[in-house]
Amino acid sequence: MSKKMKISYLINLIGVILLYLAMTFVFDNGVLGAKTTYITGIAIIAMMTIIIVCSLNLLTGYMGEFSLGHAGFMSTGAFSSAAVTIAMLEAHIALPTLLYFIIAILVGGLFSALMGFVVGIPALRLRGDYLAIVTVAFAEIVRVAFTNFPITGGGKTLSGIPKVSDYHYIFWVTVICVTLMYMYIRSRFGRAVIAIREDYIAAAASGINVTRYKVMTFVLSAFFAGVAGGIYSHYMTAIIPTFFNFMKSSEFLTMVILGGSGSLTGSIIGAAVLASLPEALRDFSIYRMLIYSVVLVIVMIFKPSGIFGTWEFSLPRIIFKLFGKKEAKGGAAK
Amino acid sequence: MSKETPVLEAKGLGIQFGGLKAVNDFSISIGKSELVGLIGPNGAGKTTVFNLLTGVYQPTEGTYYLNGEKMNGKQSHQVVAAGIARTFQNIRLFKKMTVLENVKIAFNKSMKYSLASAFLRLPSYWKEENEIDRKARELLALFKLEDLADQAAENLPYGQQRKLEIARALATDMKVLLLDEPAAGMNPTETAELLESINLIRDKYHISILLIEHDMSLVMNICERIVVLNYGEILATGTPEEISQNPKVIAAYLGDD
Ligand SMILES: Nc1ncnc2c1ncn2[C@@H]1O[C@H](COP(=O)(O)OP(=O)(O)OP(=O)(O)O)[C@@H](O)[C@H]1O
Ligand SMILES: [Mg+2]
Repeated sequence: MSKKMKISYLINLIGVILLYLAMTFVFDNGVLGAKTTYITGIAIIAMMTIIIVCSLNLLTGYMGEFSLGHAGFMSTGAFSSAAVTIAMLEAHIALPTLLYFIIAILVGGLFSALMGFVVGIPALRLRGDYLAIVTVAFAEIVRVAFTNFPITGGGKTLSGIPKVSDYHYIFWVTVICVTLMYMYIRSRFGRAVIAIREDYIAAAASGINVTRYKVMTFVLSAFFAGVAGGIYSHYMTAIIPTFFNFMKSSEFLTMVILGGSGSLTGSIIGAAVLASLPEALRDFSIYRMLIYSVVLVIVMIFKPSGIFGTWEFSLPRIIFKLFGKKEAKGGAAK
Repeated sequence: MSKETPVLEAKGLGIQFGGLKAVNDFSISIGKSELVGLIGPNGAGKTTVFNLLTGVYQPTEGTYYLNGEKMNGKQSHQVVAAGIARTFQNIRLFKKMTVLENVKIAFNKSMKYSLASAFLRLPSYWKEENEIDRKARELLALFKLEDLADQAAENLPYGQQRKLEIARALATDMKVLLLDEPAAGMNPTETAELLESINLIRDKYHISILLIEHDMSLVMNICERIVVLNYGEILATGTPEEISQNPKVIAAYLGDD
């Protein structure tokens, strides 16, 4: 690792810590007065959305395939993690909150990844837009199944989920998830996936096992969507399967496309803005999808690649520029 | 040809698309460092032969071998792993990726670092990434493309895109290289440069080459042996002199074009 790389990583770490300190200062000291709890809630939903939208971007932006059922993976993560932690509570397993939280997101992620594997293998072997169709079907099956299984609430709201998601944990999990996805893209795996998007025949002719890398990426995407689900259920403490519907999936896809498919920066900002807007504009919530559609059409006309295209924000790049150093090769995380 | 096993050998390869026999009873044997030309009128089945030899299509008849190992049934990436690489008649680069990344892709099969290594940027990540960065730049230098390393592939002029495709194929560390009309659309200067590159890589890597080309002077110039394909079947095989005097070949070419 070059020295410049190390400095870049350090700058990113410092940037993230500063962001965290600023956030805790605002939320813990009630700087926002009576609205603090409310705004903390919005921030939590926004962070969770960032994870799921970035995970969807892995597919849409980097692999070039559509998942129209990402809410199904989130749902899988939300319900599987809830089932496990509720069972743990009932068995009177006393663990620190943090451990409960980690177990919840790992269970959610792994279950969802398993589903991704099962769905991905048949769907990704086929060429064409099968994935979009199969994922829609998958999300529907999940929704119907979870409405009927007793362990997932049997059609009623599944409640009594331990409230172990708090914004400190969620902040760091979001940072870790986004960083891992970034590292994945900037590795031989991400390179292979982008090559497959560009030309799968040429990728195969260059020695890339197309199906393998597609399934791997799909499973990874499902994993992070499941983690987001685990965060969600352990923040809300009560969930219903119908929340994770086709509308939810399309909302996530809208965020990816608006932000720019192929830019994690775009996904982060797209998710953060669009996840908090409807809360901020509660009164207009019925018009939300209408506004989304209009904005989407406008962006598609004037910037089809999304607001950020494939551009990535880089704190080290800005700092190196400010201090007149040459940019670190290859950029750095976030 | 000596009695040692040929590097690439095909015996009676054939494929049928619906009612059409695009290639029938195609046999060939290419030795080490040999350069064989594959010519024929439009639609003769030349590209289809390449697709059969690289796992894009599975032959409905016949078998083919690389260094004696049977290759039937292998998928494209497995064929590449075994040692047969190709370029495409209609250039197929990863357009939005940089010139350097285009070559790096082909090194992937020799890279081993794990997902965990990628996530955590472990030493094996840095070691392998640095190594292929160096190797990819070396290959680009061989084709005088090193200054364009950070350009998007789609921004290169046509002739250089062709060269980049060859560089990428070379990066797979193959034993046999299949070139599908590498000089198509090139001007005479670019063609001359291409010839130079082909000779260079032959001398440097001792690979065997099967070359599809419409430019007769180029084929006659550099190939040791030529196979002529017409309506999916081999019409003639021989040295450039033999081929240029073969009445059947002359008839096929004059008759069709
Ligand atoms: N996938 C396919 N399905 C049906 N027919 C095909 C397919 N691939 C090739 N063919 C047919 O096989 C024949 C041989 O095509 P091929 O591309 O191999 O010719 P070629 O010798 O490379 O011609 P050219 O000089 O124009 O490149 C053509 O008639 C073509 O239409
Ligand atoms: Mg052809």
